[in-house]
Amino acid sequence: MAETISMPKLGFDMAEGLLVRWVKQVGESINKGDVLAEIETDKATVEVESSATGVVLQLIVDQGTMVPVNAPIAIVGNAGEVVSEQKAEGGKQQVDEKPAPQTQPTVVSVQQASAPLDTGSVKASPLAKKIARDQKVDLSNVQGTGPGGRIVRKDIEAALSHQSPVTSPLVPVSLTSGLVDKTTTTTKLRQAIGRRLVESKTTIPHFYVTHEFKMDALMDMRKQVNAYLPDNEKVSVNDFILKGVALSLRQFPNLNATIKGSEVIQFGHVNVGVAVTVPGGLMTVVVKDTDQKTLRQISGEVKVMAARARDGKVKPDDVDGSTFSTSNLGMYDVEDFIAIINPPEAGILAISSAREVPVVEGGELKVGWRMKATISVDHRISDGAEAAQFMQKLAEFLESPVRMLV
Amino acid sequence: MAKITMREAISQALMEEMDRDPSVFIMGEEVGVWGGTYAVTKGFYDKYGAMRVKDTPIAENAIIGGAIGAAMVGQRPVAELMTINFGFSAMDYIVNQAPKLHYMFGGQFTLPLVIRAVGGGGRQLGATHSQTPDAIFAHFPGLKVVSPGTPEDAKGLLKSAIRSNDPILFIEHATMYQVRGEVPEGEYTIPIGKSKVQREGKDVTIVTYCKGLELSMKAAEELSKEGIEVEVVDLRTLRPLDMEPVIESFKKTNRAVVVEEGWKSYGVGSEIVSRIYEEAFDYVDAPIIRVAQKEVPLPYNRTLEQAALPQVHDITAAVKEVLK
Repeated sequence: MAETISMPKLGFDMAEGLLVRWVKQVGESINKGDVLAEIETDKATVEVESSATGVVLQLIVDQGTMVPVNAPIAIVGNAGEVVSEQKAEGGKQQVDEKPAPQTQPTVVSVQQASAPLDTGSVKASPLAKKIARDQKVDLSNVQGTGPGGRIVRKDIEAALSHQSPVTSPLVPVSLTSGLVDKTTTTTKLRQAIGRRLVESKTTIPHFYVTHEFKMDALMDMRKQVNAYLPDNEKVSVNDFILKGVALSLRQFPNLNATIKGSEVIQFGHVNVGVAVTVPGGLMTVVVKDTDQKTLRQISGEVKVMAARARDGKVKPDDVDGSTFSTSNLGMYDVEDFIAIINPPEAGILAISSAREVPVVEGGELKVGWRMKATISVDHRISDGAEAAQFMQKLAEFLESPVRMLV
Repeated sequence: MAKITMREAISQALMEEMDRDPSVFIMGEEVGVWGGTYAVTKGFYDKYGAMRVKDTPIAENAIIGGAIGAAMVGQRPVAELMTINFGFSAMDYIVNQAPKLHYMFGGQFTLPLVIRAVGGGGRQLGATHSQTPDAIFAHFPGLKVVSPGTPEDAKGLLKSAIRSNDPILFIEHATMYQVRGEVPEGEYTIPIGKSKVQREGKDVTIVTYCKGLELSMKAAEELSKEGIEVEVVDLRTLRPLDMEPVIESFKKTNRAVVVEEGWKSYGVGSEIVSRIYEEAFDYVDAPIIRVAQKEVPLPYNRTLEQAALPQVHDITAAVKEVLK
């Protein structure tokens, strides 16, 4: 029995996904759980696993196509099974399990069964493919003008000349490459980040509140906690902050929310997102129900998800469902910075370095641990006073971290 | 440089080599008293006499077999086939004996043999006298196959062929004896097995030889008026095949048309296209097109004959097709 594989819904706000690449082609056998395709959502490029075992009978959509959630993308069934021609628009899939009528020439049915093969790959000349490889151009983004839509050299050259010279942030500049300008194509991920953040920065009225936290007690506690933990389980300053942010959000539900038209939806769960640097951009992994979890749980989950994200093996669940995000540049000796809200959330916290600085306490100059953090908030949902109070609440947890443990 | 005909160029080459080396002699049908079917050896009989300009019976296997024997004992025969089609009668000598004697006898013999053969269609000589079977002969290792497209190359290559110690089939085109071209004054030779860029261009490469060169140069001229700059690479020798200028040109233009007068199936074009795909696959920007003779025995009727043979407009159309 042939089974239709559909575009999965990988987030409550996901409406469509870009089919980046078919991993399996028509005629290949596939097991349930095998990767069938790679899709890109606003958040990440993820792998779609087959929900059926059999042979790929048809790839309904072309690579590079934006597909609505739940629309059929492929059919998996038994070898030789005849499926009726399926249009990419969707609709109910009809499967005819009976063999083709005897009167129908075999050749015809074979052609029908193998016809979608053509649609599974990008048509490009060998030269175009070579240039694309050398220049790291994604052919699925190039419009072919050759016969039958084939991508030829001039199409690649046109695509290259229209690109803005953006260098992938993680690619080190090679000194041996000389002083010539270098043009590279942005990754899918960076393009997604670009789209999302342009939308955020141009449609969400951001405001910012910066607070300086006294971190002495937290630094002490971290030292004590880590003394009991093995090396691979040591908790970070950020783990404490995530817990503090989650507990604070529980008391400020307006910042753990989203806006839709004139309605603000306060999320029932507190799922704090953590921005992770990955090759070609950054991704936000999500600790579900952060407020309910212990420091060790939070720390462990972040470690595992961040590692997966960096290896390009992120799972849809890792990046789905955050209700508030954090971005931590503490390891880079940053005094203060601000972050752009990750839609559809109401706020994001930009966390800087905890540093030993001269401080005045009780009229005396001392040395103390201080850390600045800046919250960016959607002014349509909240105001400065509420954000400032949130930061005070966060300070209560961070400055008396024992409160997070009881 | 003097502008002379292909006929004069070939004639000069023969005469210069006969003057230079007394072991060079000519044999073939009507080459002597009559002066050659295409008048290439006009005056040779009077100048060199019957011993060095031998009229033969109408027996191609005797011509080529005799020439092979002469070559084996140290002479340098230039045997003429009135048309290459008659060479089929001597096929065993041409492809089965001449190319292999050096190998089969452990190098005891060399075979300084030149077979001049007139090929090609377009003169209403009928299906059996109008063929371009070059690819058949070029199939056999041990036989060099040369087929020039200009008087300069014809003279320089024929002189090299006569001086070579290997058996060489030298194919001339029946409709090209009146083609004029500049030929250097004085002594010169052109090495066998070297292709040549006859016209430079950047947009598309035409690979061709012999009659195809004449047609391709005209096509290139026409296309240039439309802003299409064609590079024409002339193979000149089909075996050994020199692909270097072809590949070099293709790497520049990424698109190619191969023009030959023979039939398309299993032809010279098939070989060239295959070699390009093998040696420059990453430079292919469009499928390479072959322009060749229609797959029919060549008609006698002039209109049909011209329709079956590749023409300038076929080449311009093919070039535009690969540039799509």
